[in-house]
Amino acid sequence: MNTTSLSALEIVLRVRAGELSAMQVLEEHLAQIAAVDGIPGQLDLPALPPREEQKVHAFIQVTTDLARQQAEQIEAKVARGEDPGPLAGVPVSIKDIFCVQGTTTTAGSRILYNFRPPYTATTVARLEQAGALILGKTNLDEFTYGSSSESSAFQPHPNNPWNTQHVTGGSSGGSAAAVAAYETPLSLGTDTGGSIRQPAAFCGVVGLKPTYGRTSRYGLIAFGSSLDCPGPLARNVSDAALMLQVLAGADPKDSTSSIQPVPDYLAALAEGVRGLRIGISPDYDHIAYPDTETGEMGIQAIQPEMNQAVREVAQVLASLGAEIIENVPMPNARHGIPTYFVISRVEAASNLHRFDGVKYGYRTQKPVQDLTELYRVTRAEGFGLQPKLRILMGMYVSAAAHAAHYYQKALRVRSLIRADFERAFDPTGPYRLDALLTPTTPTTAFRRKEVLRDTVLMQYSDQMTVGANHAGIPAISIPAGLDPQGLPIGVQFFGNDFREDIILRVAYAYEQATELAPWRQEIPQALRAAEVK
Amino acid sequence: MMTRYEIVVGLETHIQLNTETKIFCSCKADSWGAEPNTNICPVCSGLPGVLPVLNAEAVQKAALLAAAMHAEINPVSYFDRKNYFYPDLPKGYQITQFDEPIGKGGYLDIHMPDGSTRRVHIHKLHLEEDAGKTKIEAGRRLVDFNRCGVPLVEMVTEPELHSGEEAAQYLTELRQLLRWIGVSEADMERGHLRCDANVSIREAGSTVLNTKTEIKNMNSIDSIRQAITLEAQRQIAAVEAGGRVESYTLDWDADTGTLRKMRSKETEADYRYFREPDLLPVKLSEEEINRIKSSLPELPYARKMRFIAEYQLSAYDADILTSERSLSDYFEETVGLSSTSPKTVSNWMMNDLLRLMNDLGKSASELHLRPAELAEIINLVESGKISPATGKALLKKVEESGRKPAEIVAAEGLGLIGDEDALRSQIAAVLSESPSEVANFKAGKESLLGWFVGQVMRRTGGKADPKRTRELLLEMLRK
Repeated sequence: MNTTSLSALEIVLRVRAGELSAMQVLEEHLAQIAAVDGIPGQLDLPALPPREEQKVHAFIQVTTDLARQQAEQIEAKVARGEDPGPLAGVPVSIKDIFCVQGTTTTAGSRILYNFRPPYTATTVARLEQAGALILGKTNLDEFTYGSSSESSAFQPHPNNPWNTQHVTGGSSGGSAAAVAAYETPLSLGTDTGGSIRQPAAFCGVVGLKPTYGRTSRYGLIAFGSSLDCPGPLARNVSDAALMLQVLAGADPKDSTSSIQPVPDYLAALAEGVRGLRIGISPDYDHIAYPDTETGEMGIQAIQPEMNQAVREVAQVLASLGAEIIENVPMPNARHGIPTYFVISRVEAASNLHRFDGVKYGYRTQKPVQDLTELYRVTRAEGFGLQPKLRILMGMYVSAAAHAAHYYQKALRVRSLIRADFERAFDPTGPYRLDALLTPTTPTTAFRRKEVLRDTVLMQYSDQMTVGANHAGIPAISIPAGLDPQGLPIGVQFFGNDFREDIILRVAYAYEQATELAPWRQEIPQALRAAEVK
Repeated sequence: MMTRYEIVVGLETHIQLNTETKIFCSCKADSWGAEPNTNICPVCSGLPGVLPVLNAEAVQKAALLAAAMHAEINPVSYFDRKNYFYPDLPKGYQITQFDEPIGKGGYLDIHMPDGSTRRVHIHKLHLEEDAGKTKIEAGRRLVDFNRCGVPLVEMVTEPELHSGEEAAQYLTELRQLLRWIGVSEADMERGHLRCDANVSIREAGSTVLNTKTEIKNMNSIDSIRQAITLEAQRQIAAVEAGGRVESYTLDWDADTGTLRKMRSKETEADYRYFREPDLLPVKLSEEEINRIKSSLPELPYARKMRFIAEYQLSAYDADILTSERSLSDYFEETVGLSSTSPKTVSNWMMNDLLRLMNDLGKSASELHLRPAELAEIINLVESGKISPATGKALLKKVEESGRKPAEIVAAEGLGLIGDEDALRSQIAAVLSESPSEVANFKAGKESLLGWFVGQVMRRTGGKADPKRTRELLLEMLRK
């Protein structure tokens, strides 16, 4: 038993009180990484030794020196009686899509394999300011384009700590795995279509996608700029609230960040759910999926344990005094993925324009005739499959000849999806919800390589989550049990604009009420393996 | 019968706004003379992860320009991405305004030397960021990002100009307007005002638009006049010879006065415009729009016409005095402070003040000699306290010393000798030295009076009051 089993909140309280040294916290977490993580993700990896198959591989880069400096500063501050900050001594890992001065920031892509940004993302700077220890950069799908973290150019990709033959989900898979495997109690992820919540669900941790604009995007390498949201991954709800408190707030460097005041999320947790109206929607107990032959959209069932978990969570909340509102219609939920396919890819293709081998990052070593060939060969060699597919599709659907049919239409559907949520949350409407409860994912973590080559199927694992990104609203995924294979099940609460406080409250109430549930006592396989060794 | 042709010209101008900082970051807007890549930051050089933040001053200046062009100021305008690859465009897209720009419609009336007026309508007026510069040196392509993110207004005219002369006049009046309202230095040599021209020809009387060529790299108004004239002649000659006009981009070479074909423009690029998700819509309230409109000063042509009507200036004088706003303000302020006619003030400014400004390379607003001092000097001369020559010399002395004119007159004893006794003794001295001239005068050669005045002036170093001198001379000679 050491500090890796503590929550972030417990670490902060003890470090601030001078009862625990930040350096000790750091060294024990570095030891945990050494024990469970295995070799870090790297380019052009030769064959992987079999024992590495059991490892988590959450990290691309462990920033030991940076974290030691930060731990020293915390210790000095505590010794001098200064305030060491609200995250004093808490190890945090950062998805390798955030620019952090002094680190290499790869986005999981060869094209940025050597990029060292001369500045730090606002969210990371706030964590540092708050006294967090930055332990390293976690692996992810290349440029965050995926839902399994397998598509990183840096291999091995992360494995699910609950069963290393299964994926972590993605794209914040390294972050979710690092938290689940007790390597860091907190991790900073990003969510464009579900990239925080889906891996959180797969790895049995808490993942929160804030309201668009609640957290700054400055320094986050953009995927879909109108959808991207930085947010916390944590092992419990109060740690997520603690981290969001530090991350949230206006940033003069991000015009789309909100000036809405930030409430006290931790204080709100204890308020309970009595009187809150929690909705359940029949449009979220299945997914719509295109027939591969005809392209027609059909209904597809989801793993039965997911709907069962939603029922059980609803029962627990009802027993705590919440009112469960059945049959909330969300008729446009089924259009979430097709709409996302178009909008996110148009933005992605444009955001990838800057990676041309001229200014920084990878440039082809082959001799080239002219500038166009330099671009073409550099991008052909530097980008993996997913960026290429997204560039092709994004350019197609935004081309002058097609934009009206695809991109402009997708924008209209997006506003319909938003309207579904507005109706559900409208305080004078028929449903007046405080939160909408759904499964986070259609299935638990799938096996490695099972879905990787099927981009469409992979994308559909975000169908339950993507609505929050279209609508810009907050949503949280929390663990709600294990399936018969022992893999975590996640459920999700959507909330109204800037009501992170309410969904955190609901999640916390459920978490507290099920604290002693047998499934919560289970330990991920990767940790058992490390202990056996 | 020979076909008569009409030349059709549309101008695409890029106007660099004279803001303090760039449009989306806090780098200085102007990097004239700076070493390459020394005025850049992660935002304007397009590093991954950074975000643009809109400069409010650029919006204000663009809106003011829209108002001056009689365009409608859009209460909600948007930024869009124009996607293309080029090494001087570090993000791979330019942030510009596409379908909802800050200004809609508008026109500029231009005034031709023959007295006619042409109304040139504006097709497009929007805000955007500038790109960098590339050059090839010793076989290597070099990129300078200093200019990236400099705020520009792109303004495109309808194809309503019909000669190189008209195009040149449009640019002349636009340049005057930009400086007048203070939104741009509009220095063409420094690229603050850039202009490309689309040129085509058609049969006189026709309304079709034929294939056009685009002329780039014209760095002066003379170049614009010459290049368009030359290109129109080339097109007419080609058509007369049975050929046709092809869609070229042409490069103007000012040194040789020739046009060079750069590339043919067969296909239009697809820039895949879409809304810039990193920026919010640009909103201007009705109040703000009204405030911007009411802050618009009287425009050059209106002021010129008023000067002619109100101050009875000649068209020539009014034209020159309204060439720059600060000069015209200077004139009006001086008129208000002097007790003489506006025409006299105009003469002083046209003859003497402009020469002084020219010698010093200063604009009216930069002079130490303010309208109050100029008015004082004119009043001193008009009231006979100092001679016109002394007045002219005072302009420079006041400008250089910053002292008041009266102070200098007193300190240097420049005041005219109006005292009768003093004048009489000077005149007596002149008369006693010139007995033969006195005799001649008395014999009837009265034209010698001017000569005597001149002699008195010489003796007094120009300080003798000429009117009193003449009176006293007559009295003393006739005695």
